[in-house]
Amino acid sequence: MPVIIKPDKCTGCGECINSCPFSSIELKDGKAVISEYCNECNACLSICPEGAITEFAQKKEFAAATDRDEYKGVWIFAEQRDGKIAPVGLELLGTGRKLAADLGVDLSAILFGSNEEEARELIRWGADRVLHADNPMLDKFNDEPYSQLLLSLIETYKPEIVLAGATAIGRSFLPRVAGRLKTGLTADCTALEIDKDTGNLLQIRPAFGGNIMATILCPECRPQMATVRPRVMKRNAYDPGRNGEVVNVSTDNLRSRTKVLNTITESSECMINLQDAEIIISGGRGLGGPKGFEILRELAKLLGGTVGSSRAAVDEGWVPYRHQVGQTGKTVCPKIYFACGISGAVQHLVGMQSSDIIIAINKNAEAPIFNVATYGIVGDLYEVVPHLIRKIKEAKQ
Amino acid sequence: MNIIACIKQVPDTAEVKINPVTNTLVREGVPSIINPYDLHAIEAAIQIKEKKGGKVTVITMGPPQAEEALREAISMGVDDAKLISDRAFAGSDTWATSYTLYKAIEKLGFDIILCGKQAIDGDTAQVGPEIAEFLNIPHIAYVKKIENIGDGFIRVHRLMDDGYDVVESSLPVLMTVVKELNIPRLPSLRGKMAAKKAVITKMTMNDIGAEEDNVGIKGSPTKVKNIFAPQTKGSSKMLHGNPEEQVDALIEELRKLKCL
Repeated sequence: MPVIIKPDKCTGCGECINSCPFSSIELKDGKAVISEYCNECNACLSICPEGAITEFAQKKEFAAATDRDEYKGVWIFAEQRDGKIAPVGLELLGTGRKLAADLGVDLSAILFGSNEEEARELIRWGADRVLHADNPMLDKFNDEPYSQLLLSLIETYKPEIVLAGATAIGRSFLPRVAGRLKTGLTADCTALEIDKDTGNLLQIRPAFGGNIMATILCPECRPQMATVRPRVMKRNAYDPGRNGEVVNVSTDNLRSRTKVLNTITESSECMINLQDAEIIISGGRGLGGPKGFEILRELAKLLGGTVGSSRAAVDEGWVPYRHQVGQTGKTVCPKIYFACGISGAVQHLVGMQSSDIIIAINKNAEAPIFNVATYGIVGDLYEVVPHLIRKIKEAKQ
Repeated sequence: MNIIACIKQVPDTAEVKINPVTNTLVREGVPSIINPYDLHAIEAAIQIKEKKGGKVTVITMGPPQAEEALREAISMGVDDAKLISDRAFAGSDTWATSYTLYKAIEKLGFDIILCGKQAIDGDTAQVGPEIAEFLNIPHIAYVKKIENIGDGFIRVHRLMDDGYDVVESSLPVLMTVVKELNIPRLPSLRGKMAAKKAVITKMTMNDIGAEEDNVGIKGSPTKVKNIFAPQTKGSSKMLHGNPEEQVDALIEELRKLKCL
């Protein structure tokens, strides 16, 4: 909602100026004023010690406001590579199931390419219905046919929510669909909920490099569209006996001005392992150099885990980018996450804090990593880790 | 060849901190920079021009102070710069931003449009593909290598989550680029002189022929409901003693949880 500053209450203390993520408050003649760059995020509301900042109700009609009630049902787009459904599709069914239950509607999965057996799998993972487009043109990801087809399905069936993975595929073609439909698309969500009062989808995502979280709404337009970060949502239980309908949809009139000539899968085992690993040993700036990763590798090998890193260690060139965990790296969710010499910048925490057990080893007792750690060890990792390696070796014998 | 690079001026998010008492962003002293990914778009644009000839125009939508970012781009060697700026554009989400840039680009004419893969303040990666949809041209996201630009076509490598695809597209095309594509050049002395002298044209809502209902907060389907500090778990158990005792305590804890 728009906010105003009451000039009679404002003392010009300036507290609110720094609270604004959009730099849209300034002091003029000793009073705070809100400029046109206000995004109505309401971050300043609670800051003012004088209570001079308040909301005011003002109904804003969106130009292309769609008739909301015509739109029903939750959709998830299940992407596939080489015919096989990517894990993010199953995670979307998990969160989609909850949203559909809250709204009292059906959950549909959308599958382009692949085959009927994979379509049936989506039902066993929680879909009520699968809209399957079986056409070799869709086997490889191509933005134009994918966006044309999803657009025409949305126009035909009118779902109220459409979710896809925040992957190279989802983040590339969903914007075309949202652009054409003139509706909102929220990128890289880490939580989704239904607002009980309005039925709107609350789309929660990190912003400003993960330093803050924002709740985004698409109040007037339908469908509400979002991409969802992989490895954040939990899957439903697999039910081999679950029944549902597979609808074959028409794929006429698709065209494409881009051609995928070749698909090269890089077997960077490390990257694949990082997201699937049950144990991750990560190192950061506290390692002091590339050599530090050698003892982390030794511990990882011993525990059957893999090595991760903070952005700092990648920026220093100590370890390649594919090891990076965090906002601009991979999101991971292992059983045990070791953070060695990692201070715990927010942008790192958003990529690993849903791990089951977090073990932090850091010299600095004040490091923010200890706020998310299950177990904290204040000490020199070059003393602690070798001890740990020795003890585990002993225990194994 | 008419090449357009779209850039954004952003706060250096690596420098942004949270005030732990008020849970709000501390922006004081945080410098404004060209979005790092956009530097690679500018570099790619200049390299294409060096090979194929033509003209590179860099555009940005933003407040008047975004002119600084355009001057920096000129110092790297682009030919022309346009500032798309109007009070009516304030509060734009990705839809309204893409619409506005599309209207401006349509006015300028183009063969190849380049954008950084995403901006580090919003991290959405949506504006590039949306502009392509509005212009009704193909796009290729996450380009990490340009293999060949031929007569009316381009062949590139597009980064995927599990490797890369070799993709060919007809021209005109829009591409969003990743860091692996190139190393952005530093401004030259001559470039810096040119940047100082350059006259930067401002384009307003009327200049680009945008409809009022489609720009700014009015043209934005999404709204920010609220912002808040990320949650942390906050139930850590500190293990004390000398390193040996700490390790013993840790192993004991992990045994209890049947993790070892």
